[in-house]
Amino acid sequence: MNSLQKAKQEARRKWDLLKNSKIPIIYMGTATCGRAAGALEVLESVKKILREKRLKAKIVQVGCIGPCYLEPLMDITMPGRPRISYANVNSEKAKKIIESLLIKNDPQTKLAVGHFGDESDEFTNGIPRFFDLPMLKPQERVVLRNCGFIDPQQIDHYLANDGYLGIINAFHKGWQKVICEVQEAGLRGRGGAGFPTFKKWQICRSSPGKTKYLICNADEGDPGAFMNRSLLEGDPHSVLEGMLIAAYAIGASQGYIYIRAEYPLAIARLKRAISQMREYGLLGKNIQKSGFDFDIVIKEGAGAFVCGEETALISSIEGKRGMPKSRPPFPAVAGLHGKPTIINNVETLGTLPNILRNGATWYKQFGTQGNHGTKTFSLVGKIRRSGLIEVPLGMTLRQIIFDIGGGTRKPFKAVQTGGPSGGCLSEEFLDTPVNYESLTAAGSIMGSGGLIVMDEDTCVVDVAHYFLDFTQQESCGKCSPCRVGTRHLVEILERITKGQGRPEDLSKLQTLGETIKRGSLCGLGQTAPNPVLTTLRYFRPEYLLHIKEKYCPAAVCRELVEYRVVPGKCTGCQRCVSVCPTGAITGPRAEPHNLDPTKCIKCRACYEICRFDAIAGDAIVIRSRREVADEQTQ
Amino acid sequence: MIDREWGDIFSGFAGEQGDLIPILQRVQEKAGYITKGAIEAISQFLKISENQIFGVASFYSQFRFTEPGRNSIKVCMGTACHVRGGQILGDVLERELAISAGQTTEDKRFDLQRVACLGCCALAPVIQINDDIYSRMTVIRLKEVLEKYE
Repeated sequence: MNSLQKAKQEARRKWDLLKNSKIPIIYMGTATCGRAAGALEVLESVKKILREKRLKAKIVQVGCIGPCYLEPLMDITMPGRPRISYANVNSEKAKKIIESLLIKNDPQTKLAVGHFGDESDEFTNGIPRFFDLPMLKPQERVVLRNCGFIDPQQIDHYLANDGYLGIINAFHKGWQKVICEVQEAGLRGRGGAGFPTFKKWQICRSSPGKTKYLICNADEGDPGAFMNRSLLEGDPHSVLEGMLIAAYAIGASQGYIYIRAEYPLAIARLKRAISQMREYGLLGKNIQKSGFDFDIVIKEGAGAFVCGEETALISSIEGKRGMPKSRPPFPAVAGLHGKPTIINNVETLGTLPNILRNGATWYKQFGTQGNHGTKTFSLVGKIRRSGLIEVPLGMTLRQIIFDIGGGTRKPFKAVQTGGPSGGCLSEEFLDTPVNYESLTAAGSIMGSGGLIVMDEDTCVVDVAHYFLDFTQQESCGKCSPCRVGTRHLVEILERITKGQGRPEDLSKLQTLGETIKRGSLCGLGQTAPNPVLTTLRYFRPEYLLHIKEKYCPAAVCRELVEYRVVPGKCTGCQRCVSVCPTGAITGPRAEPHNLDPTKCIKCRACYEICRFDAIAGDAIVIRSRREVADEQTQ
Repeated sequence: MIDREWGDIFSGFAGEQGDLIPILQRVQEKAGYITKGAIEAISQFLKISENQIFGVASFYSQFRFTEPGRNSIKVCMGTACHVRGGQILGDVLERELAISAGQTTEDKRFDLQRVACLGCCALAPVIQINDDIYSRMTVIRLKEVLEKYE
């Protein structure tokens, strides 16, 4: 028996001990999103309660299980009982739950959101199964299978759950069969473009030269997307094992992880996981006596969206400005330092261990013909149940947004797929199956997996302006269609949102957008106009209202909105007076207040703090300077 | 000769161009920003021109060339935050602190940056002060949050 097998046995023994623990186990979700919701403070108070009450329990910190809207999540397993999950926990709630469960053995059914048992017993009676919750039920967890269940800092937890079985299988098969298996599984790049993974590998493998590189692209730059961060924080070893498999298949001896500096926790988790791999003989020379050498270095990105593009990413690793190069040659032929290089996305790599462990046939049960497997999405925006989800490809947008996400509070308006490179799709596309081809046909793209849902309170012109402003700032400046073109698009959109749009603007946006798409050097420019072109196509009337009537129906475009106090509702409580940063609201206590529109900066503070719905935001019709002047002279 | 102050910045690096960004990151971590002296020292160490170094450093949004405040505020400009009013938070902060994004207050108490997505989109809008992340932020809560930092 070799050392890894021994380590695995030991890991399983420890895992079984944990599963059959004689004392309660408290699981806290402490990924970045959990922390943002206050998980660390809750964790501290949990420790304090245990100390004060002299209660014995083991605390396990886990990654994100998905439903971010329920964060912070605290789960407790009592000896011999199924794990029970509690949502939106604060220190007070944690105290109540722990005292009740650990002292009185009462699971506080009302506070629980779900349990992880096979079926309900007398203990969990009245609590639904966690995976039967509407948000979880339609999902298939392949890539995310360990997230929320294992301690990402413990390689033993990963090993005990069939970790590194995929790479051992790969070593037994030999690299040719690994490529065949991935081809058979039909895996396509999860970074967004959907290029068949095996094909890219084959090109690299057959390119001459001894030195080859593998790069894990963890530069998750799309605003509104956090799938890669969650996976790296919740189960870093799955991505690292995927890197071993990919490197073995293409014959690379050096790997890089190019990760955003904005993800400090993910970087820390990766660093720790890499040193654990070294300890267990999973990195270095002659890994597990397979004759295969491989090592991994982490490269922190320095903040440039364009570096998600393969050739720009390579330039950045080489210590240059992150500017793309024209292709061919493709990186698979001549990439980093001129050597054949494969760049795979985090999720693509995280999928590989599952394929190598369970086989291509197993993987193909998910998804549809030509679009096999699952895809993770971050479901955010104006949605009831936001969070990280994983679904089989081919599910419709309606199922994702309404069944999983619970729909929007106000009427649904649009969904943006594929981040700034994607498009804004209207209600008529809700029954579109989510796969690479149909999203492209609709004028959008699959992208890396950000789904931003918008309701009627969102202005699509403002959204298009937002995305273009983003891509314009991130344009590297190398080719003029992108550098100059996006700037013009922003200028036109800006004037439309300010109520200064001109009738010819729409056709200008259209021609300019199409030209940028055709003429740009890299993916950034080629997709940058998508948000404008799709909104023009599906929300043209809204543009026209902005231009012709100077009217923003969503009351978002600030220059077209005016706030006022509704006299019949205002009780004169002065809460709005105290928060107004410019002193625009005045009035004595107990009398309806007065809002001076000339001082108002439209920050909405009064709107948010008012308890009586007495502040209204009206979409107003902006009058031209001449109209105002005429009125004054009259 | 490389300035003694910067000597340990280069430990562990081979002196290749590929080391440039990690070195700049280390400088920023230590000094808070990319100083002129650091660029001179890096130029000597990597044997590339100061212009080239500045060219690379200014390409990436992470690097700053002015002294940061004691506390750094980052306002997330991600899509989810935008849809939920992140822009407004940024505007109010600029007003409250009387600086624009990218600047530091006169008393050096705060500096303000508008940053790309922080990756907490489900809890939007989000701001980050030093290492603390504040989720579901509102204009009203801003004031009390700022008071926590001296």
